[in-house]
Amino acid sequence: MTLELTDLPDELSKHNELSEYVERGPDGARQICFAVPDAYCATCIEAIESGLGKVEGVSNARVNLSQRRVVIQHDESLDLAALGPAISLSGYRNFPVDPADLSSKDKTMAELVRSLAVAGFAAGNIMLFSVSVWSGADEATRDLFHWLSALIALPAVAYAGRPFFRSAFAALRVGRTNMDVPIAIGIAATTTLSLFETIVGGSHAYFDASTMLLFFLLAGRTLDHMMRARARGAVENLARLQPRGAVQLHADGTSSFVRLAAIEPGMHLQLRAGERVPVDSVVVGEAGEFDLALVSGESQPVTIGAGASVPAGAANLGGVVQLEAMRASADSFLSRMASMMGAAEEVRTRYRRIADRVSRHYAPVIHLTAAATFVLWVVLANPHTALLHAVAVLIITCPCALALAVPIVHVVAAGRLFERGILLRDGAALERLAKVGVVAFDKTGTLTEGKPQLVGVDSDMQDALARAAWLAGASSHPLSQAIVAAAAGNDLGMAMARETAGAGVEAEADGIVWRLGNAAFCNGRDEFDDTQSRVWLSRNGEPVATFRFSDRPRPDAAATLQALERARVPSTILSGDRPHVVAAIASELGASDFRAALSPSDKLDAIAALRAERGTVLMVGDGINDAPAMRAADISMAPGSAADIGRAAADLVLTRDRLDDVPFAIALARRAEVLVRENLIFSVLYNVVVLPLAIAGYVTPLIAAIAMSTSSLVVVLNAMRLRFYKFDTTNEGASR
Amino acid sequence: MSGLVVLIPCAIGLGLVALGTFFWALRAGQYEDLEGAGQRILMNDDLP
Repeated sequence: MTLELTDLPDELSKHNELSEYVERGPDGARQICFAVPDAYCATCIEAIESGLGKVEGVSNARVNLSQRRVVIQHDESLDLAALGPAISLSGYRNFPVDPADLSSKDKTMAELVRSLAVAGFAAGNIMLFSVSVWSGADEATRDLFHWLSALIALPAVAYAGRPFFRSAFAALRVGRTNMDVPIAIGIAATTTLSLFETIVGGSHAYFDASTMLLFFLLAGRTLDHMMRARARGAVENLARLQPRGAVQLHADGTSSFVRLAAIEPGMHLQLRAGERVPVDSVVVGEAGEFDLALVSGESQPVTIGAGASVPAGAANLGGVVQLEAMRASADSFLSRMASMMGAAEEVRTRYRRIADRVSRHYAPVIHLTAAATFVLWVVLANPHTALLHAVAVLIITCPCALALAVPIVHVVAAGRLFERGILLRDGAALERLAKVGVVAFDKTGTLTEGKPQLVGVDSDMQDALARAAWLAGASSHPLSQAIVAAAAGNDLGMAMARETAGAGVEAEADGIVWRLGNAAFCNGRDEFDDTQSRVWLSRNGEPVATFRFSDRPRPDAAATLQALERARVPSTILSGDRPHVVAAIASELGASDFRAALSPSDKLDAIAALRAERGTVLMVGDGINDAPAMRAADISMAPGSAADIGRAAADLVLTRDRLDDVPFAIALARRAEVLVRENLIFSVLYNVVVLPLAIAGYVTPLIAAIAMSTSSLVVVLNAMRLRFYKFDTTNEGASR
Repeated sequence: MSGLVVLIPCAIGLGLVALGTFFWALRAGQYEDLEGAGQRILMNDDLP
């Protein structure tokens, strides 16, 4: 296959794929969004924007540094395929972002911020009137100020309270309660009673309490939402360009781009080096070499010959391979994994968050207390006083501190995780992580590097490695790259080599023909050993050296398992690779247990067995075959290098690919759990203290305002302690 | 009392102006990229 022939469909397919990412901007202009995850400074903005400005057809490019994205407005004359290289030329990695998952169009966030602004405006202005009333305004002024407060509070509560009213209504309609039910009832009752008091010219109105309450709660909720939006945006930025299609070869020898959904069984497809198989296929023509690490956990490259099948998601390591599609995309391996993930969701939906569990007991208690207070005071005094006191109970117990207790800790925790490059999707994941009883690791790509490394050279020749690197530099095969990496420092430059796909590379120097490749290519003698890959070096057809490769554990893998052991969390390995390979790694790293040769559904069963035996299961994995198990586990993590589907399944993403982030995250989650409990206990104690005062009728609007803001502040300050907490991950088992 | 008649509408009016300005800033996208806005100060606009 010559270069000219392969280049043309490449550009063609890029353009076709990218046109799916183009959308219409607010002013009707065409725009496309690229993620630039490495941009962080003014110079980055300048380089990217000016680089794109030079591309013909680009009318405007603007970097959003908070989201690490650049939005490019352009006209029809633009060659979309030129954009990526233009950003790369400025020195930044980039890939297009699907407009469907742009988190900038976050409606909930916009609503929360607007509500927060309205509540803040109302609370501030009403507090101004309230202070004058509390300092002893005479009756006429007090009534005027109550009316003015009502004028501000009623629209503000109606507008800013919508998120709570909606959520409470939704919960009540299906016969459940959540934290928003007592909040919504408290706010509605306070506002209605205050309006009634204003109309009859009473002395107490609680408009300041109801708006301040809204302001505090909205602040907590907005922070919580911001944290999740930030993590989600960062995860989206990691997504690489999926195979959205393939190059189809027609019977007349021409080729064209075909979208993934349009691929039909029987179509002939062409797969270039480095590309992933789009749908389950059969190899036709020459054999190809494939990397199945993400598909099955198999750590060695596999040669698949003509007529044999290759699953979707396998990466082509060698030269151009021709495939015949076997299944449509919807029936392919990737899609089957996605549907298995959906079925495995059950554990997640069964989990009830701490705050919801507390509120289920809390809401009935306070509502009954309010009712009892009303009855008590109807007997002791009159219905008007009784109503005032009953509402005072609702106000003082309105779970402001309780509602802030959990999310504020999670926001601080997510901030600390984010600093270490750990992305937390959801606060509920943190609660489950604190209870983790066993960690299940995938092997290939998670505990190990996922790529072969040179582990030994058998040769009498002195500079065998340097000579091999001289040849290997010309090849992009993973084994060649491993040789180049191992030989760093003593190289002979790069050979003018010729590569034969599926065999090796060959070059000539000083009249000697050197060959680097498989046994047949170099006349080597292959003793079968399936734990290691081998490559031979030959001089004029005579084999002179053998290089052995295997997948090595990550440098911090053993330390991580030890740290987990100290934290009293046993670890086990669940791998799709062959038993003796997994056993070797398990004993080297000191894992307490392992299971090998697992299919994706075997992994699901293994997770269920672990849960029955040891409680909450954390699954750390990266491959396509791990995705269902990651959804089935109580909680899951994926390194940033994981397959897109694996990363999408994970609750936490370790963007820096460091395994010691696993014990750190567990330690942080446990510490956060302690703080959440402290906050909840404080909130309940606070209620126990002030509730008698409210029942006895001593709670004036002034006392309500002070009690509410103090309790919220205490909870927030307590959560801030997590910010300064020092984690000694080498010894964090003791800090429990 | 007569002072209040002027001062209270003034205070609330100013508050409403501030609220309106905030809404306008939100809609105009000024909160879309807080980090970038800070960094852009350092850029040399007069260079080509």
